Amino acid sequence: MIGINGKKIEELSPQQRRRKTFFTGLLFVSPWIIGFVLFQLYPIVMSAYYSLTEYNLFNSPEWVGLENYSELFADDKFYLSLYNTVFITIFGLIPQLIFTLVMAVILNMNVKGKSLYRTIYFLPTLVPAIASSLLWMWLFNSQYGLINEFLGSIGLIEPNWLLDPAYTKFAIIIMGFWGTGTNTVMYLAALQGVPRTFYEAAEIDGANRWQKFWHITIPAISPITLYLLIMGLIGSFQIFTQADVLGTQAQSIGGPENSMLFYAIYLYQTGFKFLNYGVASAMAWILFIIVLILTLVIFRTSARWVYYGGDN
Amino acid sequence: MANTSYSVNGKKATNQHSPQPLILKKKKRRFSVVLKKSILPHAILMSVGFLFLVPFLWLFLTSLKTPDEIFAIPPKWLPSEWQWSNYTDATQAIPFFKYIWNTVVICLFSVAGQLLSAPLVAYGFAKMKFKGRNVLFYIMMATMILPYQVTMIPLYVLYTKMGIVENAPTLPLILPNFFGAAFYIFLLRQFFMGIPNEYSESAKMDGASEFRIYWQIILPLSKPVLFTVALLTFLAAWSDYLGPLIYLNDPETWTLSLGLRGFIGSNQIDWSMLMASATMFTVPIVILYFFVQRQFIEGISMTGFK
Repeated sequence: MIGINGKKIEELSPQQRRRKTFFTGLLFVSPWIIGFVLFQLYPIVMSAYYSLTEYNLFNSPEWVGLENYSELFADDKFYLSLYNTVFITIFGLIPQLIFTLVMAVILNMNVKGKSLYRTIYFLPTLVPAIASSLLWMWLFNSQYGLINEFLGSIGLIEPNWLLDPAYTKFAIIIMGFWGTGTNTVMYLAALQGVPRTFYEAAEIDGANRWQKFWHITIPAISPITLYLLIMGLIGSFQIFTQADVLGTQAQSIGGPENSMLFYAIYLYQTGFKFLNYGVASAMAWILFIIVLILTLVIFRTSARWVYYGGDN
Repeated sequence: MANTSYSVNGKKATNQHSPQPLILKKKKRRFSVVLKKSILPHAILMSVGFLFLVPFLWLFLTSLKTPDEIFAIPPKWLPSEWQWSNYTDATQAIPFFKYIWNTVVICLFSVAGQLLSAPLVAYGFAKMKFKGRNVLFYIMMATMILPYQVTMIPLYVLYTKMGIVENAPTLPLILPNFFGAAFYIFLLRQFFMGIPNEYSESAKMDGASEFRIYWQIILPLSKPVLFTVALLTFLAAWSDYLGPLIYLNDPETWTLSLGLRGFIGSNQIDWSMLMASATMFTVPIVILYFFVQRQFIEGISMTGFK
């Protein structure tokens, strides 16, 4: 192969060779670098700038300093949207993670029909968000919905899921369980990768099943737990489609009494309905900082509960 | 249930933990082991599986009912006469095929873009040792936590100013894919790192360029993960909602996601037609999944999610 100045690569000095691999390497990763600058770095900087201005598409940005932020910190709806979002993160994400781990552990017991079950659990994740939201809107229908029909038949209360503010968030959480198949598949892959020898060593030491699960399985799959936790957190803070669709039942953005006014919904409304780019950008930055802090906190604590195998 | 997870091959002796010699006790033990190892797991898997399938069933059955049957109390499971006409009605109530076409175009370009760029970048991160590689890789991993909302407004402003929102509104949905998404690059990198270097070393001896090694050795070995990335990209573009909601203002350019949303804008929702459309929106992706399922599961399992 032709190297620099027509020399074969073996004839290059170590320095030239290093320079050549540097440029070839950069060339390989250049699509991502360009995309990063264009679609991430530039918008991040601009978003920070817009957040300090009053801006809609028709006027040029007008510097207002921290006014957008102080406006948000005095806005009840801002706090409400934050509360709603934190609520579904705590009561949705964590039970869902435990649920998927349990399902993966059971699947990993090598039951018959494992791949069939895995397919069934994964299937709902293929349903487009809008289609699944519409379907669940129908399932949650207080009068004609299947869920209340079932609850009624076993003598339980039949909540007005989508119109009673006390229940709307639970409707979103229940629907969320249906879409957890990806996590189950990933957990299952992780479980299958735990070396058999770990368990054998523990058996020699006289560990019982529970001890083995707690001291081998959980630590061995902790990297994937960390990944699912962080990604789940980020996803949960950006929840949009489900709330946007289920909220229409109450004929208002944000659902009954704004009980489904999640952060991303309020941000979208501020930016694209009220064309208040400045405040919406400030919201985006607050979101960014919250996600950043939470991720850092999780990473910090992860040293205590995440274990990486030798070569990772 | 959870505490028996370690029986990797399912071959573990059932009485390993029952050293008691009494026959009676042994029998009892055996039954409880059978219950724990076989009956209980199956009962749980089946009931959850059932709960996961019922919504699909309800979706499909609702799509075949008459309005009277839909609003029957108590709900009827089966339609007395299967109203297949709901499907044809649905395709006429909204310009269904136009929306499908718009969606497919975005999906195909997105997949093409991702397959063109993401493996290339991943190869650079996995197989090339150059100065600054690790720093770049960490930056890329950090971008995965960047919320879409942060870049949403400045990009919209930029595209609007350039006249793209008016003239080529699907471009903003497609273009980013041609620069590789961090998550897919990561998946591919993990896979590439699992390919032993011996494969490429002899080619390197023969003077093959990095690109040739990438193209002729690494890519052909990476089909499962390429399928995985293709499927995930297609799926993301197919079901994207917020992106089209922002950029596709002209109904001519709508994707099916927006088309379906149009159904619930009116006061009187036609549920059977809505469910028929939702079914037609879901079935293609399910079929696609069954075609690539084997590679997909393999791809997930072999990319460091262990």
